[in-house]
Amino acid sequence: MAHDHAPENTVTTETPFARAVLIGFSLLFLLLVLAMPLLAVFTEALRKGLPAFLESLSDPETFSAIWLTLVVAGISVPLNLVFGVAAAWAIAKFEFKGKAILSTLIDLPFSVSPVISGLVFVLLFGAQGLFGPWLQSNGIQIIFAVPGLVLATVFVTFPFVARELIPLMQEQGSADEEAALSLGASGWQTFWYVTLPNIKWGLLYGVLLCNARAMGEFGAVSVVSGHIRGQTNTMPLQVEILYNEYNFVAAFAVATLLALLALVTLVLKSLLEYHYSAELSASRRH
Amino acid sequence: MARSTSGGWQFRQPSVLPGFRWALGYTLVWLTLIVLIPLAGLFFRSASLGWHDFWALALERRTLNALWISFGCAFIAALLNVIFGTLLAWVLVRYRFPGKRIVDSMVDLPFALPTAVAGIALTTLYAPKGWIGALLAPLGIKVAFTPIGIVIALVFVGLPFVVRTVQPVMEEIDREVEEAAATLGASRFQTVFRVLLPGLAPAVLTGFSLAFARGVGEYGSVIFIAGNLPFKSEIAPLLIVIKLEEFNYPAATAIAVVMLLISFAMLFVINLIQAWSRRRYGYGA
Repeated sequence: MAHDHAPENTVTTETPFARAVLIGFSLLFLLLVLAMPLLAVFTEALRKGLPAFLESLSDPETFSAIWLTLVVAGISVPLNLVFGVAAAWAIAKFEFKGKAILSTLIDLPFSVSPVISGLVFVLLFGAQGLFGPWLQSNGIQIIFAVPGLVLATVFVTFPFVARELIPLMQEQGSADEEAALSLGASGWQTFWYVTLPNIKWGLLYGVLLCNARAMGEFGAVSVVSGHIRGQTNTMPLQVEILYNEYNFVAAFAVATLLALLALVTLVLKSLLEYHYSAELSASRRH
Repeated sequence: MARSTSGGWQFRQPSVLPGFRWALGYTLVWLTLIVLIPLAGLFFRSASLGWHDFWALALERRTLNALWISFGCAFIAALLNVIFGTLLAWVLVRYRFPGKRIVDSMVDLPFALPTAVAGIALTTLYAPKGWIGALLAPLGIKVAFTPIGIVIALVFVGLPFVVRTVQPVMEEIDREVEEAAATLGASRFQTVFRVLLPGLAPAVLTGFSLAFARGVGEYGSVIFIAGNLPFKSEIAPLLIVIKLEEFNYPAATAIAVVMLLISFAMLFVINLIQAWSRRRYGYGA
């Protein structure tokens, strides 16, 4: 941490006045841009008091939205976890041709609009889609149903775990694994007892970010969901519907749950950065 | 193909570690199924429209306007994020103040807060009767339901991209560079603007391009605050959704392909500039 031994002479730092102005300005900016929206969520939800807040949360449609969000994230996150570990193992531990292209392709979903991420699955599996007629004649529904929500979510959160693990595993190198193998460990033993303990905090970090995005995804999910109330509405979609019905207290009440999820994510993420910074990839060490 | 040891060309360098084929195979299959085939399907679908129909749909006035608004607002927001994000990174790296750790974690809020939640919260704040909107209304400034509102939402979602790419590079700056500049008679202002900031250019550009790419495609945080008036505050992703709801798949496909092509082209150009600026200034990132 560079600031711990920061010299106090003004040759390599600013005057106390300039520092105070810059800090003050930054804090004001953060207050306006980040803190106030968060505060607004809670005040709007409690605008008509706690009973109204609790009542709007006990709506059965809200319950089903919460359940669906948990189901979709519960399927998508493990899928991307396994993918992320496999991709990082191939990319970080081996040298092969086309590695750079593979890395770029894995990051591709980050530069695709969420709406387009949903659209591509509608074009494949929707009623007018490429496989639409075949799916219909076999009674399989993907779009406007849970499989579509999962596909869109997996697409959007595709790079999260891999992005976290690749740099970490590259920094760690393969010496530990080679030692284990030379001592007679099998490939799986090496992975379970050597690699996994080395990367566990980085993996958790990636899963945390992946999960936050999976539960909060809006654009992609909105396109494939069809907004069937009580059936294909995830929490963010439920927020939209309630808001557009001018049911502001209920919309913000559901939003508080998502905001709490965000705060928990941030706290856990900071704890990881603080306690296990040596076991996260270099860019995560503060 | 994995073990072609004959000749000079080798697919991979030998390694004692197991599982290469399994891991790479799984990665490729999964990547192809989830990302490549769906994206290829989009381009396949647009190709089946035919050259003439495709451009007729893509160059419709409403589409062009929406693209202009999406890319324009994302560009302005990314520029603002470069200014404020770099300042924030500077303050977080260089200064000590109470509550700094909390401020540092708060920067990631836009990564963690679902976009729909950010959208309705920002709209409530900036609506004419909201906390901030009510202060701006007497000045004649309307934020919600105008392109300014879109820019504000995009500043919110893009901020951490710039801070988190610039911050680690700033931490790496060698203090001796500043001391050298100072001993050679540079004022602090000159040192910061002519010595330190140019070296951060590659990182700042990376942050800019990430924030910009995110802003172009952003949907959830924008649609509530934008007001969505065609030709005034309608973004391209929303137009795709509108076309889909009208079951106008060809139009939705055409807009999506144009958006993707422009985004990829811009990212490619930014990558080139970055490679150049890394050679020129060099702190990496």
